[in-house]
Amino acid sequence: MHQPNWNRRQWILNSSAIGAGLITSGLPGLVSAQSPLTVGFIYVGPRDDYGYNQAHAESAAALKKMPGIKVVEEENVAETQAVQKSMQGMITQDGASLLFPTSFGYFDPHILAVAPKNEKVRFAHCGGLWTEGKHPKNAASYFGYIDEGQYLNGVIAGHMSKSKKIGFIAAKPIPQVLRNINAFTMGARSVDPNITTTVIFTGDWSLPVKEAEATNSMADQGVDVFTMHVDSPKVIVETAARRGKFVCGYHANQSKLAPGAYLTGAEWNWIKAVTVMVDAAKSGKPHPNFVRGGLKDGFIKTSAYGSMVSEAARKNADNIKAQMIKGSFDIFKGELKDNTGKTVIAKGAAFKQTAIELESMNYLVEGVIGKI
Amino acid sequence: MISLKVNIEAVLLPAFSVICALLLFGLFVAIGGHSPVEVWILLFKGAFGDAFSIQNTMQRAAPLMMTALCVAIPARAGLTIIGGEGALVLGALACSALPYASDLPSNTTGTVLVLLSASIAGGLWIGLAGWMRQFRGINETISSLLLAYVAINVFRHFVEGPMRDPSSLNKPSTYPLEATQLVGTIGSWDVHWGFAWGVLMCICAGVWLAFTSNGFSTRVVGGNPRAAGLVGLPTSRLVISACVLGGACAGLAGGFEVAAVHTSANAAVIAGLGYAGILVSFVARHQPWAVIPVAILFGGFGAAGSMLQRRMGLPDASIQVLLGFAFVFILAMESLHGRIDWRKLFSGMKLSAKAQLV
Repeated sequence: MHQPNWNRRQWILNSSAIGAGLITSGLPGLVSAQSPLTVGFIYVGPRDDYGYNQAHAESAAALKKMPGIKVVEEENVAETQAVQKSMQGMITQDGASLLFPTSFGYFDPHILAVAPKNEKVRFAHCGGLWTEGKHPKNAASYFGYIDEGQYLNGVIAGHMSKSKKIGFIAAKPIPQVLRNINAFTMGARSVDPNITTTVIFTGDWSLPVKEAEATNSMADQGVDVFTMHVDSPKVIVETAARRGKFVCGYHANQSKLAPGAYLTGAEWNWIKAVTVMVDAAKSGKPHPNFVRGGLKDGFIKTSAYGSMVSEAARKNADNIKAQMIKGSFDIFKGELKDNTGKTVIAKGAAFKQTAIELESMNYLVEGVIGKI
Repeated sequence: MISLKVNIEAVLLPAFSVICALLLFGLFVAIGGHSPVEVWILLFKGAFGDAFSIQNTMQRAAPLMMTALCVAIPARAGLTIIGGEGALVLGALACSALPYASDLPSNTTGTVLVLLSASIAGGLWIGLAGWMRQFRGINETISSLLLAYVAINVFRHFVEGPMRDPSSLNKPSTYPLEATQLVGTIGSWDVHWGFAWGVLMCICAGVWLAFTSNGFSTRVVGGNPRAAGLVGLPTSRLVISACVLGGACAGLAGGFEVAAVHTSANAAVIAGLGYAGILVSFVARHQPWAVIPVAILFGGFGAAGSMLQRRMGLPDASIQVLLGFAFVFILAMESLHGRIDWRKLFSGMKLSAKAQLV
């Protein structure tokens, strides 16, 4: 059984004593360095899913080690009224003054319903939906440019693919996902322009059976390196490995599941963003409403290379990674054509990662086999 | 006298089952190294401990009452319908689709209209399963479940395709309902009106089945359709209308999910509330009145599970274990209905009490 918070039992026994401290921590303005700050994390799936939720739970685990912080967590909370009640419960029953409702679908309408009722509580949502002037000041969003990690995945995949066919299993054709598919493809094609990426959209974030079917059918078609954008990459990683294919991870580190097949991976490092929010809450500074970062800022990281990754691949990827960290590498620059031949970024134009245009991406680049 | 005995058993046996499940769960957590007493206290606190917990429980119970009726009402007409999820998502879709079709008044009338369209959609969908069974001989359990998958895909097609609000970039949704058309909360309580409607519908369904001749006919059909046919009851009409009514309840649940919670239709509506209703109805033995306390109990399990995770760091699976225990006990106790000689049991208890005194 998964029991990460075993020793908190002792804490519960003394909960009445600490209760008083919790009530004061409900007022961020009054929080001194000594009184504990109660931080709540809510996940849409299981904490140990080797994916989206685990990446967030890892930041909660790191946060727990910091002094003066108490963490309360809840997993498998649906994007319904259940999450509104969980948020409110953390606030009224546990005295939380900073919440990390991590699923994308928690924001609208759920955080937007609960935040105005709890003006002294800070809400930090992952996904980048907060908009100045439109959304409450005590809500915020943080997100990372993980397409950098997918580009590097693509570079490694480009070196390691023999069939020149690589595969991407995605949940939905939404901008964040398309950006990853495109970055992965462009990374691979920077190594060899003959490479194509086959895409399968499963339709939702967690459909293990369809994900396995997609992996198998692509493997049958000759795809030999896989990556994905679904909530839990576990099934795809394991299925690809069983078929003797390589795989690049996503969200968290899946190398444990398939050490012989796992090339590298694009991982979140949420503790960086979480720390920004927590520090502001502790010091009583205004809530940082808009927090973004990529490799450079440490918001994302890459998994260590598997032993089978060739020296040339490592060198090439490390070189691009160094440029990304320096800020001198743009993934999306002209001239860029989509897979129907239409020019989507004009010659000479280049988008920085922060460019708002990239957040409404609605095309698949040249080399992708698939349709939105 | 007999009906009194039946009623006592209907209350005592499930209550006893839940107590057994709680005791066993205590043992389970004790093996895991937690204090069972602490867990029991937290379970109670989380579900019914304070005003917030009670509202939490009620809110979670609201959709379950309506989706449970989608199982309970057809069950009384002899059908096992398990596709309430389909009626719920189509209800949600219809609720958000009506404003696309025509301009609605931005007031309570608008709200009533969108909710009405939700229940019509749900009613037609489950009615279809009933029709296929009566006129095409298709097993309604399988067809309603498969229809639920069809409904979910229809829902996804419209939400992510023709009805998509272009500004919903990464969370495909329909256009939201107007703020004035949304369903509010009951007074100062943080519980939306869906709860009151759920209770009302359970009571009405119970009254209909128990006290009206039409309800009685439906129960006769459920008891023995051939006998019902022989005495001249319109079997098919009764079966299909029970399906339509049940589906309308689940559709309305979907309508409330949109109008009171989500404001627009999106994939978050597909949260398994329809399937949870199956369990509620079976535990309530398909009695609409019993659905109310059972749905509240289930809401309580949800609220308590939330508390248990936050306070003790137990995984979500732990509350599922408790639910599993409760089900096994309730289903096992089913066989005891009408078989317990209460008089003997009580006199035995008296004797043993006397023996202890001596």
